[in-house]
Amino acid sequence: MLDTEKPHARTIIDLDGVTKSFGSVQALKGITATIREGEFFSLLGPSGCGKTTLLRMIAGFEDPTTGTITIDDKPMAGIAANHRPTNMVFQSYAIFPHLSVADNVGYGLKKRRLPKADYKREVEQALAMVDLGGYGPRAAHTLSGGQRQRVALARALIMKPKVVLLDEPLSALDKKLRDQMQLELRQLQRSVGITFILVTHDQEEALIMSDRIAVMFDGQIEQLATPEELYRRPVNQRVASFIGVMNFLGAQATGSTDTHVSLDVQALGKIDIPHSGLPKGMKPEDIHRVGVRPEMMTILIDGAPSAERIVEGEVTETSYYGDMTYYSVRLNGLETPVTISMRNTAGRAVLRPGETARVGFATDSIIVFR
Amino acid sequence: MSNRRNKLNWLNVYAVVYMVFLYAPVVLLPIFAFNSSTIIAFPLSGFTTEWFGVLWTTEALHNAVRNSMLVSVSTAIISTVLGLFAARAVARYTFPFQRGIMGLVMLPLVLPEIIIAVSLLIVLIQLGLSLSLWTVVLGHVLICTPFSIAVLSSAFRGLDPSMEEASFDLGETHWGTFRRVTFPLVMPGVISSLLITFTISLDEFIIAFFLTGTDVTLPVYIWSQLRFPAKLPSIMALGTILLALTVVLLILAEFFRRRSATRRGLDASTTEGLI
Repeated sequence: MLDTEKPHARTIIDLDGVTKSFGSVQALKGITATIREGEFFSLLGPSGCGKTTLLRMIAGFEDPTTGTITIDDKPMAGIAANHRPTNMVFQSYAIFPHLSVADNVGYGLKKRRLPKADYKREVEQALAMVDLGGYGPRAAHTLSGGQRQRVALARALIMKPKVVLLDEPLSALDKKLRDQMQLELRQLQRSVGITFILVTHDQEEALIMSDRIAVMFDGQIEQLATPEELYRRPVNQRVASFIGVMNFLGAQATGSTDTHVSLDVQALGKIDIPHSGLPKGMKPEDIHRVGVRPEMMTILIDGAPSAERIVEGEVTETSYYGDMTYYSVRLNGLETPVTISMRNTAGRAVLRPGETARVGFATDSIIVFR
Repeated sequence: MSNRRNKLNWLNVYAVVYMVFLYAPVVLLPIFAFNSSTIIAFPLSGFTTEWFGVLWTTEALHNAVRNSMLVSVSTAIISTVLGLFAARAVARYTFPFQRGIMGLVMLPLVLPEIIIAVSLLIVLIQLGLSLSLWTVVLGHVLICTPFSIAVLSSAFRGLDPSMEEASFDLGETHWGTFRRVTFPLVMPGVISSLLITFTISLDEFIIAFFLTGTDVTLPVYIWSQLRFPAKLPSIMALGTILLALTVVLLILAEFFRRRSATRRGLDASTTEGLI
C-alpha cells in the first residue's frame, strides 16, 4: 500500500476475515482491515454493499458469522454493545424525545454514578464541545436537525469511547448544513483525537472528511487508501467510476521497453506509460482500458498549443455551473462523448454545442485498467 | 348539480337520525335518574336526588362495586403487562410460528363470549377449582389481552428501533433500557390499554355471570336488580354515575395522550389516539 499517513499509529480495530450471512444471503464476504488509533476512517459504498452491517458488527449489534473483530487489543466475540468501548451516532440520531438535552447527553454517564457536581460539569463540557452550551434544560424535541446531530455526538463523546461510529450522520441534513457539518465534524475529530468510523454513500463526503477510505462493493473491500490515492489511482473501473467522474477509453499495449509500455488508445493515439504507472501485478497485455478524469483534459480556446498532446472533437453538450463548465465532447474517432470540466476563469469563452474543440491532455494523467 | 346536493342532504339526514337513535337512550339515563316517579315513562313528574341517596345506603351495591373494582383493576394491570410483552415481541423479533401464535392469542377478539364462558366454566369445574372473583379475572384477562396487544402494537410500531439500540450502546442494560427509554415512550399506549381493558372488564356480563361464585360484579348485580321495578330508578342513577365516570376517564386518557404526543414533538391532532 502506498499510503504513508500516520504509519506509526497503533491499531485500534483489527478486522480479520469477517463474514456475515443473513440466511442464504452473504452480506459480508471476508473483510480484513486494520483501523488506526486517532484516524478518521470511512466505509464508502453504494447501498447494500454491507458497510452498515460492518459498522453494526463493530458496535456489537450483530455478531460476525465467521472471523474476528478486535478492538483495543481485546477480541470482541461475546461482548455485547453495552460493554464495548465504542459509541454510535445513529442515522436517525435516536435522541430520546422524553428527556431534556442535558439528560440525553448524560444518559450513559448516569450509569457510572459520578458525584453530582462532576456529572453536571461533564455534561456542560460535552455540550460546549458541540457548540450547544446553555441548551441543557431544553426539551429534546424542540431541536433542529443539525442540533439533534450535535446532541447525538455529545452523547457519544461524553462516554470517552475508543471509537465513535457514525452511521450516515449527515444524510438527513440539507446541503448547506451538511457542508458545514462535514468541516465541523472533521475539526472535532482532530481536537478530541478519538478514532471516528463513518459510514457513507456520498463519495464527496468521504473524500473531504477521511484520513483513509475503504471502498466497498458486494460485501467486500475493493480498495482501502487515502482520499488522494483513491482518486488518482483507483484499482479498477468500479472504484474509478464510483469516486468522481472518469472517462474510459479502449486501449491496447503495442510494445514494451525497459522503461515504458506503449499503448494505442482510442481517440488519443499512441501513449507511453512508465512501468511504475501500472498497478502491482498488472502485465502490459492485461491493459484493455484507460481512464482520464474530466479536469485532466483542457479545451484550448485561444489556439495556442500549450498542452503536451492535442486531439480534436466536437462539443455535443454544454453544462454551465457558474464556477465550472462541463462539456461533452465527441473526440474524432470515438462514438461516445467524453466529459471535460473547465474552470470559468476571467475572460474564458464558453463553447456552444456544435463548435469544434481542441482538447489538450498530458500523458501522465492517464490511468490504466484491465 | 342539484341532484348531487339532494343526495348529500339525504346522507346527512340519515347520519343525524342514526346518531340520535344510537345516543338517545344514553341521554334518557340521566333524565330518569333525576325523575321523582318510580315509573320509567314520560311525562316527567318532578326533580329528585332521592335515587342517588338510595345507592348510598344499599350495602349489596357497595359490595358489587368493590368486587368490580378488584376485578377490573386486576384485569387491566395483568392484561396490559401481558400485552406489553407480546406487542414488543411481535414488533421487534421474528420467531417460529409467529403468525399462528399471534392468531391464537388474538382469537378471543372474535370468539363469542358465551363460548369462552361456558368452556372455561367446564374446565374450571373439571379441575376442581372453586369459582371466585379470581376466576372472573382469568376470563377477563383472556378477552382483554388481545385489545391490549392491538393498542400497544401501534405504540411499538411508532417507536424508532434505534432508540433502544442507542440506550444499549450507551452502556445501559436491556432491563435499564426498557425502564428508561422503551416504557416512557410507549406510556401513552400503556395508559390507553389500561383504560380500555378496565372499561371492558367493568361492564362485561356473560363471563362474570358464569364464572363468579357468591361475589357478584356490578353488571351482574344490576341485572339481578332489574327484576324489581321499584329498584329501576336507582339503577338509572347508578348508570348515570357510570356514564359520567366513563366520560371523565376518556377525557383524561386523551389529555395524557396529547400531552405526551406534544412532548415527543408530534402534532397531537394528527397522531392516532383513542378518540
